[in-house]
Amino acid sequence: MTTITSMTTTTTGHRMLDDFLTRALLAGLAVALATGPLGCFVVWRRMAYFGDATAHAAILGVALALGFQISIFLGTMLVALVMAMVVSVLAGRGWAMDTTLGVLAHSALAFGLVAVSFLPAVRVDLTAYLFGDILAVSRFDLAVIAAGSALVLGLIFWRWSGLLTATLSEDLAHASGIDPGRERMVLTLALAVVVAVALKIVGALLIAALLIIPAAAARNLARSPEQMALVAIVIGGVSVWGGLQLSLFQDTPSGPSIVVFAALIFAASTVGAALVQRLRTN
Amino acid sequence: MSLIAARGLELRYGARRVLHDIDFDIERGEIVTVVGPNGSGKTSFLRALLGVIKPSRGRVLRAAGLKVGYVPQRLHIDPGLPLPVSRFLSLPVPASKSAMAEVLEQVGVGDVLKQNMTTLSGGQFQRVLLARALLVRPDILMLDEPTSGLDQPGVASFYRLIEDVRRETGCAVLSVSHDLHVVMSASDRVICINGHICCEGAPHVVRAAPEYRALFGFGTGGALALYQHDHDHEHDHDHDGAPHA
Repeated sequence: MTTITSMTTTTTGHRMLDDFLTRALLAGLAVALATGPLGCFVVWRRMAYFGDATAHAAILGVALALGFQISIFLGTMLVALVMAMVVSVLAGRGWAMDTTLGVLAHSALAFGLVAVSFLPAVRVDLTAYLFGDILAVSRFDLAVIAAGSALVLGLIFWRWSGLLTATLSEDLAHASGIDPGRERMVLTLALAVVVAVALKIVGALLIAALLIIPAAAARNLARSPEQMALVAIVIGGVSVWGGLQLSLFQDTPSGPSIVVFAALIFAASTVGAALVQRLRTN
Repeated sequence: MSLIAARGLELRYGARRVLHDIDFDIERGEIVTVVGPNGSGKTSFLRALLGVIKPSRGRVLRAAGLKVGYVPQRLHIDPGLPLPVSRFLSLPVPASKSAMAEVLEQVGVGDVLKQNMTTLSGGQFQRVLLARALLVRPDILMLDEPTSGLDQPGVASFYRLIEDVRRETGCAVLSVSHDLHVVMSASDRVICINGHICCEGAPHVVRAAPEYRALFGFGTGGALALYQHDHDHEHDHDHDGAPHA
């Protein structure tokens, strides 16, 4: 899987990246930085299935990327972007959203799986794309993941106030001179980038979980939108760390392991919040 | 030049035409009320002026750098979004703590700054919406059925508040309403809409217009008569001097 490469040619400053565990952890934390705030918007705007459809399309992206011999990151990002836009357009035309998304999400996954089987002479380990393979993150992967996450984080930070206003009400946004259509595009673009960078970490099937579960857990603990985004980042980061340990020592698939940790934190925060509520009212 | 104008405005939802041939102007300091029955297109009209709905024909003109304070009819806040009043008030334009406290005091809910938006009562919520609209020091306040959640005394005090704001800041006020009798007494001009502009003018003129009578009938005669008397009295003697009791 991963090997220690040419220790002699690297400078001391980069030597820590030679450790595959360090690379895995850094990649996971970078993804958590992007999925935390973006996941909050997915929750606030009720885009859970939208995230699912976009993420499932990533498998089709993998197949096309391998078929046309382009970068997997690029392939998944482009297909995710196309998928997100198709969903947006159909939603705008008044199609029933859950049906549309149900059709598109599962079709994209099925087409992707079938397309991969057609690829000749390519040994594709599909499990890595379906469930993630965080321990196999290369230096190049890490660089792309870090760049993608930085892009998403920067985009959301830059547009934060407009995104939040447009999320609250499109009419209020218009009145304040904000174009909600542009903010929606920002989120669509961010989602496509996140799908591309998170594929290696949690896999296509569970990218949406990494968006939604930390944000939902953060909701129990936060008192403002900004707090919720920060707490979601922390919960995502802790889940990545925990999932990495589990994956390393028990040889479990990395994506599900990370999501298991996130789900446990969600359960704990929900129970904790309910207990606090009960203590206050009594 | 007027703050907002519409010329030959037509709005469609798909094949359905909701508004047509609308010409409209509002000047600084004017209070204009749009009335019309349900489904008459009055909310769509407001949203077209905001830029939410693109006209299928005609155009909307806005003064350059126009600051709009918008109070929506309803605002649903997803329970997944924790939103304190202080954060809501500074969205998207940051406001200082003192400015927020001051404007909340002005609209009569001085003690809600730290509360979550979802814990407010209907009346408090409506006032916080108004406070947010006022914080940007708007050239024009646009109100869509702003008193729908309020009881009678609440409605009266809400409109008194709007008049105070107009007097203090000189901003224009454009509201959409079915609270005919209360709104009318405060308006400089009433526009009666039902797919198009049926009639328009000073409140007493509109109230007497056959087009208006045809739309709203005489069913609410008691309440209207009371206010009509009140207004006519005011109009006959001193248009802008009389205090509202």
